[in-house]
Amino acid sequence: MSLDKPYLDVPGTTIFDTEQARRGYHLNQFCMSLMKADNRARFLADQGAYLDEWPMTEEQKQAVLARDLNRCIAAGGNIYFLAKLGATHGKSFQQMAGSMTGMTEDEYRTMMVGGGRSVEGNRVVGENGTAQAERQPQGGAAKAGF
Amino acid sequence: MARITASVYTSHVPAIGAALDMGKTQEPYWQPVFKGYEFSKQWLKDNTPDVIFLVFNDHATAFSLDMIPTFAIGTAAEYAVADEGWGPRPVPKVMGHPELAAHIAQSVIQQDFDLTIVGKMDVDHGLTVPLSLMCGQPPASNFEWPCPVIPFAVNVVQYPVPSGQRCFKLGQAIRRAVESFDAPLKVQIWGTGGMSHQLQGPRAGLINKDFDNAFLDQLITEPAALANKPHIDYVREAGSEGIELVMWLIARGAMSDVPGGGTANAPTVRHRFYHVPASNTAVGHLILENT
Repeated sequence: MSLDKPYLDVPGTTIFDTEQARRGYHLNQFCMSLMKADNRARFLADQGAYLDEWPMTEEQKQAVLARDLNRCIAAGGNIYFLAKLGATHGKSFQQMAGSMTGMTEDEYRTMMVGGGRSVEGNRVVGENGTAQAERQPQGGAAKAGF
Repeated sequence: MARITASVYTSHVPAIGAALDMGKTQEPYWQPVFKGYEFSKQWLKDNTPDVIFLVFNDHATAFSLDMIPTFAIGTAAEYAVADEGWGPRPVPKVMGHPELAAHIAQSVIQQDFDLTIVGKMDVDHGLTVPLSLMCGQPPASNFEWPCPVIPFAVNVVQYPVPSGQRCFKLGQAIRRAVESFDAPLKVQIWGTGGMSHQLQGPRAGLINKDFDNAFLDQLITEPAALANKPHIDYVREAGSEGIELVMWLIARGAMSDVPGGGTANAPTVRHRFYHVPASNTAVGHLILENT
C-alpha cells in the first residue's frame, strides 16, 4: 500500500518527510555541527576539508559550497538545519528564504513589505502563480545561491 | 488545585528576537510589530501567572535528526538559551517548574499521549521570542523572566507532524493534568508559531491574510471544528511552515469552554493583533481569558 502524500503537487515546495530526512541525514547533521562556534570557524577556514569529514554525497557537498539552498533541499536538506549554514555565513532567515526565489534581497524584501507572495495561482502545480516552475527565477539575482 | 487562567497565542519569528536584541524596536519596519504587544506586556504584568506552560517547536536545535520526539515535555529545573548559529540570544536562562512538569507528564501519559520526558534541553527562539514579546527585555538589575516556564516541544519540522485534532485533544489532557495538581497555582498556556509563512523553495514568502484571519476567528469561536483542518490545508493555504499553527490548538484545547472543561462560556478575548510582515512571516497574536 502506498503512503498518503497529498503535498507533492504544491508548487515550489518540498515537504521534509521521512523519505527526505533519510536522504538528507548527513547533510542536516553537518549543519547541526555548525551550532558550535569552534566548528563554524573551522568550516569557514577550509570548507572543502570540513565537508570531507562528513559522509555526504558529492551533490550535497557542491550544493553547500554553492550556498544554493534549493539544491540543498532537493538533496534532503531542511531549512531549519540549513539555517545554521546561513548563520555561519552571516545571513538572516530573510536572506536565506529570498535566495531560493531568484529575487535580489531588495526585491524579496519589497515583496514581503507589500504583503508577501499571494497564494493565488500558487496552490497547485499547473496554475499560473509566481511559484510555478516555468516562472523561475523570479527576479534579478545574479546567481542561485545566497 | 491548580488551574489554567488564560491562553496566549503568538508567532515566534527569530528576526523579532534579533530586532529586540539589537535595539531596533523603534525602527519604522518593526514599530508596528512591537506596538501590537504593548497591551500584552502590561496585561502580563497585571496577570503574572505562577507558571507558563509554553508550547513551541524546536527548530533543529535541541533535537537534531538523532531523535525527533513528537511531543516533549521539559521537566528540568532550568534551560540554557541555545546558540542557533548566530550565538545565544542575550536573554535570561529559563527557569522550569519540575514538580508541575513531572505531574503533567505522568497524568498526560496516563491519558494515552506518549510524551517524551526531557531532563536537559537548550531552548531556541521558538520559546524565547514569545517570552521577549510578552515580558519585554528584562533589565540587567533583575535579569530573569517573571515566572517559571514548562517548555513543551512539538515536532512540526519533520513530516508527518501531529494532526490538529490530536493537538486539540492533547490540550484537553493537559488541562485535566493541571487541574489535578494539588497546589493553588495559576497557570497560563501559550501556543506559539505561525501564522502563514513559507521559508523554502520558489514559493518562499507566501502570506495568506484571509486564511490567517479566518483561523483567528475560528480559534476563538469554534476550535473543535478548526481542529479538523487537515495538514494539507495548512501547507497549501498558509505555507509549508504555516503548519506550526497546529500548536495553537493545544493551548486552545486546554481552555475551559471546551467540552469537559466545566463551563459553556466562551473565553474573553482580551487582545487580538495581526501584522504583515515580520521578516518572512505573518504575525498573529491573541490573549484569551477563561471566564
